[in-house]
Amino acid sequence: MKMQKLVVIGAGMASGRLLEHLFDAAPGAFDVTLFNAEPRGNYNRLMLSPVLSGEKSYGEIITHDDDWYAGNTVTCRFGEKIDGIDRARKVVLSAQGETPYDKLIIATGSNPFIIPLPGHTLPGVISYRDLDDTNAMIETSATPGARAVVIGGGLLGLEAAAGLRMRGMEVTVLHNTGHLMERQLDAAAGYLLRRDLEARGINVITQAQTQSIEGNGHVARVMLVDGTELPCELVVMAVGIRPSVQLAKDAGLDVGRAITVDAQMQTSDPDVYALGECVEFAGTLFGLVAPLYDQAKVLAKTLTDQEDAFTVKELATKLKVTGCDLFSAGDFAEGADREDIVFRDPGRGVYKRLVLKDDHLIGAVMYGDTADGSWFFGLIKDATDVSDMRDTLIFGPAYQGGATADPLSAVAALPADAEICGCNGICKGQIVSAIKGGAHTLGDIRATTKASGSCGTCTGLVEQVLAVTLGDDFVMPTSQPVCKCTEFTHEDVRLLIKTKELKSQPAVWQELGWTTPNGCHVCRPAINFYLLADWPLEYQDDPQSRFVNERNHANIQKDGTYSVMPRMWGGITTPTELRAIADAADKYNVPTVKVTGGQRIDLLGVKKEDLPGMWFDLNAAGMVSGHAYSKGLRTVKTCVGTDHCRFGTQDSTGLGIKLEKLLWGSWTPHKVKLAVSGCPRNCAEATCKDVGIICVDSGYQVGVGGAAGMDLKETERLCDVPTEEEALEVTAAFVQIYRENAKYLDRPYKWIAKVGLDWVKERVVDDLENRRALVARFDLSQTIYRKDPWAPLAAKADTFAPLADLTLEAAE
Amino acid sequence: MNWIDIGALDDIPLRGARVVKTQLGCVALFRTDTDRVFAVSDTCPHKGGPLSEGIVHGNKVTCPLHNWVFSLETGQAQGADSGSITTYPVQVAAGRILLDATTLKKRSAA
Repeated sequence: MKMQKLVVIGAGMASGRLLEHLFDAAPGAFDVTLFNAEPRGNYNRLMLSPVLSGEKSYGEIITHDDDWYAGNTVTCRFGEKIDGIDRARKVVLSAQGETPYDKLIIATGSNPFIIPLPGHTLPGVISYRDLDDTNAMIETSATPGARAVVIGGGLLGLEAAAGLRMRGMEVTVLHNTGHLMERQLDAAAGYLLRRDLEARGINVITQAQTQSIEGNGHVARVMLVDGTELPCELVVMAVGIRPSVQLAKDAGLDVGRAITVDAQMQTSDPDVYALGECVEFAGTLFGLVAPLYDQAKVLAKTLTDQEDAFTVKELATKLKVTGCDLFSAGDFAEGADREDIVFRDPGRGVYKRLVLKDDHLIGAVMYGDTADGSWFFGLIKDATDVSDMRDTLIFGPAYQGGATADPLSAVAALPADAEICGCNGICKGQIVSAIKGGAHTLGDIRATTKASGSCGTCTGLVEQVLAVTLGDDFVMPTSQPVCKCTEFTHEDVRLLIKTKELKSQPAVWQELGWTTPNGCHVCRPAINFYLLADWPLEYQDDPQSRFVNERNHANIQKDGTYSVMPRMWGGITTPTELRAIADAADKYNVPTVKVTGGQRIDLLGVKKEDLPGMWFDLNAAGMVSGHAYSKGLRTVKTCVGTDHCRFGTQDSTGLGIKLEKLLWGSWTPHKVKLAVSGCPRNCAEATCKDVGIICVDSGYQVGVGGAAGMDLKETERLCDVPTEEEALEVTAAFVQIYRENAKYLDRPYKWIAKVGLDWVKERVVDDLENRRALVARFDLSQTIYRKDPWAPLAAKADTFAPLADLTLEAAE
Repeated sequence: MNWIDIGALDDIPLRGARVVKTQLGCVALFRTDTDRVFAVSDTCPHKGGPLSEGIVHGNKVTCPLHNWVFSLETGQAQGADSGSITTYPVQVAAGRILLDATTLKKRSAA
């Protein structure tokens, strides 16, 4: 039988695999001519990432070498581009002339998509597709201090970024959506991936909008729409691929989004076949290697007259970046008819999410530990009914049908040299000897070994070691977790937010293993406060995590109306302010006007939709919110002091005004009330305030930790200071140390009872340097928060009104 | 069913709510973290608290007055509290929120 002339256009991974199958099935049946525009033969493109990072060489990723081509009598025409196909005469056209075929196979793959940004043609702007791109990147990275910007935070872009980073470049990844690899990962896994990449020194900017690429003769910088300038010597565009179909289109073959083929990989011409990234089958395009290999198998059978049909299968994704272990498969979008099973192990940076629908697994996202990925993938592909193993499903195949593991037995089984505390390098053996030496509580262990004293994530493990070692003598500490969403206490959460530098709510939920998707009404306001107190510049206050009063900046009453209270600095007002208050009360039909214990005037019974208008009017008269609703600075009560009083020793009113102007707008763990009395007769009742200052001839007595609410408590003396400046400084430092350390909803007196007044004195009074550092941090936070919240809300009056009013229509 | 356009999805803050006035009281429209929208009675059966002012977490809301928690999917009070709120058909199409006017009228007739 005469050998069939087979011409193959493109030496990629699909055509390479096809030829293998073909020569296995029918050796000597085909006379193959292999064209490739790239001046080389088949190699494993998937392994370009290790070549870029330096973990492999080009030689190691060649799949078919000269001997193989020679042994199978393949005529190699590498570096020769096909210019056209003449289907009538069954020849392909190239620079060397015509080449006839009996059967033609188009495997032209895809082209990288280049965003036509200004400057995209500058030298130094490349894509990441073949060995030439890879070599160009390696070459640029050889320059010391070279910087790269990778546009696109998908699979390819991140592999490029990781490789360039391993070559020593400074790398920034720009991604236009909220989290990396959004097509393969959900937000939680995207967060972990970003964290791991940042830990390797890769700078990640999400929501990035690139404006232009600039440079004089060579790329020099990338500009973002927000004005950010990123100097660089290399720009890698990895924003996606487009099937390479021009040749097929010019030849008159049916082309949709790519070359249309049937299940036998045949195009609209019975003698022309296509496979790989350049084809479209049943409306689907292909970018991953698994379906390409399936196509190669089917086409080899078709060409050797055996029956087979290509089908679209579920796909799984893995990222080939050493140390970033991720896996995703199936459909993991949320939906009403779907259920999630989520597992988080913050200590190991592990996140697993399974998506179930009607007792079947339909999607899986895993990060950090992907060992069971292929097992889950199998369950998805086979549409296995998982109702029987649902309880233990997320633990993987090892746990199916087995007993539930006892965490204590696992700890008991650990060898003595097993590391328990990673921060301090403390092994189980050291903790056990400390326990045998008399350390019988977590606090003792921390004091003697430092274990769990740094980041605190191993606290549970240390407690388990205690439990295992002490047996019945061990009493689990009774500290209460924040809420049902977590096992951590407020104190643990505060410590971890600082030590692990958690700067967003999703970061807290993930890193600390929250059991709910986004917390609850108990933890959200607390976490929101901790984050804004610790990271005033980085964290953005979340109104939706605040109690209604702090969101609407007014105090909700039992009938759903609100009370409005403008600030009266130090309890001082003017006839103009009083008129404006009276006018507002008239205009908005305020039923009750009350003088409060904090020396200001409360307008009660205001409708929600009237709030913006009332605020606008009060703002116009120069008044701002009195924060009478906030866990923050409320009021500074004063007496008239030396201005009028025959007993006054200092300007108590003046100091009160200065304190209020200094502290207003600041958020605190609970409300904070101040008072300044001009003499020990104490008309301002300063001895039952959170901070109360009594003026005396020699200066100022600063007391803290008073209360006159559910508990009645007298202030304790923090210090005596000679000047007003120092009184202001000590007060700001005290408020800041309270903000940084107290549990949410602990008034200062409760918090001081826990840490001790001496602890506070050491840091606020004795240690001057620390006092100034506290004040500096307070001042920094106040640059963000010392603002009237009413003014911007008054401008958004529509958001306070109902979304729609259907009462009129319903009446018709 | 008689779907009427109430407003844009983006008119409701993420993890927030807005109300729609109807003949017999307010209906609260909630938008969850995952952009699901629920329409339920705005009035807590306990002491009449405005649920639209509560903190939205998962597919639940906590009443701002006394911390009763309701499932937005079923309207049932969660935990130890017992009671329920009416839920209404709602859908989101092309970024617009649609309420069923027929159901809302039934409510006013009842």
